[in-house]
Amino acid sequence: MPLDSKSPVGPIETRWDRHRFSLKLVNPANKRKHTIIVVGTGLAGGAGAATLAELGYNVKCFCFQDSPRRAHSIAAQGGINAAKNYHNDGDSVYRLFYDTVKGGDFRARESNVYRLSQISLNIIDQCVGQGVPFAREYSGYLDNRSFGGAQVSRTFYARGQTGQQLLLGAYQALERQIGAGRVQMFPRTEMLDLIVIDGRARGIVTRDLITGKIESHIADAVVLGTGGYGNVYYLSTNAKGSNATAIWRAHKRGALFANPCFTQIHPTCIPVSGEYQSKLTLMSESLRNDGRVWVPLKKGDKRAPNQIPPAERDYFLERKYPSFGNLVPRDVASRNAKQVCDEGRGVGETGLAVYLDFAEAIHRLGKPVIKERYGNLFDMYERITGEDPYQVPMRIFPAIHYTMGGLWVDYNLMSNIPGLYVAGEANFSDHGANRLGASALMQGLADGYFVLPNTINDYLASNKFPAADGSHAAVREAEANVTNISKKLLETKGTRSVDSYHRELGKLMWEYCGMGRTAEGLKTALSQIPGLREQFWRDVKVLGAGEELNQSLEKAGRVADFFELAELMCLDALERNESCGGHFREEYQTPEGEAQRDDENYSYAAAWEFRGVGVRPELHKEPLTFEYVHPAQRSYK
Amino acid sequence: MKIILHVWRQRNADDKGGLVRYEVPNVSEHMSFLEMLDVLNEDLIAKNEDPVAFDHDCREGICGMCGCMVNGVAHGPLPGTTLCQLHMRHFKDGDELYLEPWRARAFPVIKDLVVNRGAFDRLIAAGGFISVSTGSAPDGNAILVPKTDSDRSMDAAACIGCGACVAMCPNASASLFMGAKIAHLGLLPQGQPERQQRVTAMVAQANAELFGSCTNIGECEAVCPKEIRLEVIARMNRDFVKASWTNRGE
Repeated sequence: MPLDSKSPVGPIETRWDRHRFSLKLVNPANKRKHTIIVVGTGLAGGAGAATLAELGYNVKCFCFQDSPRRAHSIAAQGGINAAKNYHNDGDSVYRLFYDTVKGGDFRARESNVYRLSQISLNIIDQCVGQGVPFAREYSGYLDNRSFGGAQVSRTFYARGQTGQQLLLGAYQALERQIGAGRVQMFPRTEMLDLIVIDGRARGIVTRDLITGKIESHIADAVVLGTGGYGNVYYLSTNAKGSNATAIWRAHKRGALFANPCFTQIHPTCIPVSGEYQSKLTLMSESLRNDGRVWVPLKKGDKRAPNQIPPAERDYFLERKYPSFGNLVPRDVASRNAKQVCDEGRGVGETGLAVYLDFAEAIHRLGKPVIKERYGNLFDMYERITGEDPYQVPMRIFPAIHYTMGGLWVDYNLMSNIPGLYVAGEANFSDHGANRLGASALMQGLADGYFVLPNTINDYLASNKFPAADGSHAAVREAEANVTNISKKLLETKGTRSVDSYHRELGKLMWEYCGMGRTAEGLKTALSQIPGLREQFWRDVKVLGAGEELNQSLEKAGRVADFFELAELMCLDALERNESCGGHFREEYQTPEGEAQRDDENYSYAAAWEFRGVGVRPELHKEPLTFEYVHPAQRSYK
Repeated sequence: MKIILHVWRQRNADDKGGLVRYEVPNVSEHMSFLEMLDVLNEDLIAKNEDPVAFDHDCREGICGMCGCMVNGVAHGPLPGTTLCQLHMRHFKDGDELYLEPWRARAFPVIKDLVVNRGAFDRLIAAGGFISVSTGSAPDGNAILVPKTDSDRSMDAAACIGCGACVAMCPNASASLFMGAKIAHLGLLPQGQPERQQRVTAMVAQANAELFGSCTNIGECEAVCPKEIRLEVIARMNRDFVKASWTNRGE
């Protein structure tokens, strides 16, 4: 299968403009004749649904939560990047592009990243217009801060709740369209299959989570903005409901899954406290602007942190990376934290944590300034741990946070199934092997507000859409598939709960496909996952019925998909014999312990084609070329 | 420690429902309240009993999906905290806790502790927005916002739409929720053109949803996990009076 990225050529500065001009348009009077399905109401899905409706399309929008305002974009804390250069500190569209390609360890498409950097400017304008209360200077101008992986201040923020405020902006825009009757909203409704008719995405099958009713919805195009798959690991910073079911079931219908092994570990999370732990809580990495990361110099030093004199502390990030210090990118910060813990120098009860210390910043700036900058994060930390970070250093440890991989899409955000668009974290497009801080919000909104509404016109204008309804064989087959999965899960009546299987899978993945990976470990995982998956199907216990609110049944379907996805992630990680970004293969590192890429053999996006459960998927490669930012080893020293 | 729970169990909207007693032994002080419920549910599943349905998602106190009454207090005893961020260190061995869903006519119970808060979405759809279609906004720095206004706007915008204010209010009023949105947008220059229309439409919708009226009791402010201040209701009332006066006869 040839993968055509449809990436424009020529000067990169004008690629998006020229491409947009080449796309066909839909006459305003004809737009209302097209129905578009949008699944997911986060920054990508919510912004996309609102904008498509503003343009005049009929939109049907779906989310599994009780309201479109709950999507997990809401939990992003730190900020959103934009190359406004309001601070005259040397920023530019080109620099944001450069930082993102380099930060992604040269595994992203240059054209996409450049477009993202350009659009970052429009996003801020749009959000300000919507009333997002971004932080301001006393003069009334927008304030910025710096963030990991960058040496300029280009991050716009709304206290520690930037994701919430941006999502509410998109949600309010969406509600405006719902009120106007241009969007039909289906909350508490989960997509369980994709309907493909004559090779094109024409609809979805859903389950009403209250009544259990299985229904089909037909449209001219389907947009998935359903987020990432970090919950494969059970413990992650994702919301409990975040899942891969929409993208995985689309994958099983033929959509290629790209770079599944590119997962991001966030360095500043609150450490695990016990077996009952249900999720991990992230604290914005903006904390690293003023907090200093350290561990004791000596192994097994059990003294309280304030009893350890400065000379016996190891500020390991500042020591190893003098120019970026505590602001090195996430993958570098996470790996170094793991390394010092592996050396036996970790702190806290479990020894799986490092200190993030604000004592010096409080001394230098005063408590009120620190409170102004990080007050809500400090409160959150204290609520969870019972410790006051103004008095004792925080304990932090890395956790799974974001997945760069996702469904393969071309420059138009269309997957290899015509009519199936994928936006935001659900696609693989812009972050390569590692995402920079404050760039997820930027990508979600860029896709939803500005990219998708432009590119989808071209598809709708270039194709005819024969009428289809519930009687079509493809629709009936998809409905039967969904019904069978639920039935099988309910009828198994085994001995172990869904959560117990999910935890076991998560532990396996964290151990063998987490922060550090080896060929041997990945092979071990690949030999264990199929057995566990089969055991799950034989032995899972889902009580209750399908025709009611049944949260165990919802979880069971998602975990069933995680089992299959986990196997693909390990396979992809094993296939990629190099280290890059969030994918760290321990066999491939420089003498200093940094990721060692192999550009000669692995400068491609790995797009996997589903061939059946337990059957080896087929690998398709999209070669990556770098005309502007030349691959070099990332250095933050 | 051991915690004794009396949980509201109701199969569906038509069921009458009632409290059922459960014991949860071996609760760790580091557990969150919802993790304690997870443990209860795992135990119920092991005994082939239907697990307790409760809404939750981010478990970081920001999505607004979780919440129930704990001994008659929305989100439990700790001020400024959602149920998911409430940890068991605030309870002691042998405590008896009564868990009930949000109770309001506008929030019908779906199952156990899960209620339908769709009325909140319809309040926003009625007018809780600024009408700026994608692409039409000027440069971000073309609109100056004094820092104090921006900060106060952010204070109100912090609302997570959980519904605790309605659940705690003896009148089941949505005034704190509406006031928060009206203050968030009304404190910004971008929110001025639609200010009067917004408050008029939202109040009309609240009446249609059968939310009660505000009688300045203040229970909402006391339980709000984001500590939204009562002054947002005063702002809403002021805007409403002004709008009624300006638009009279229309």
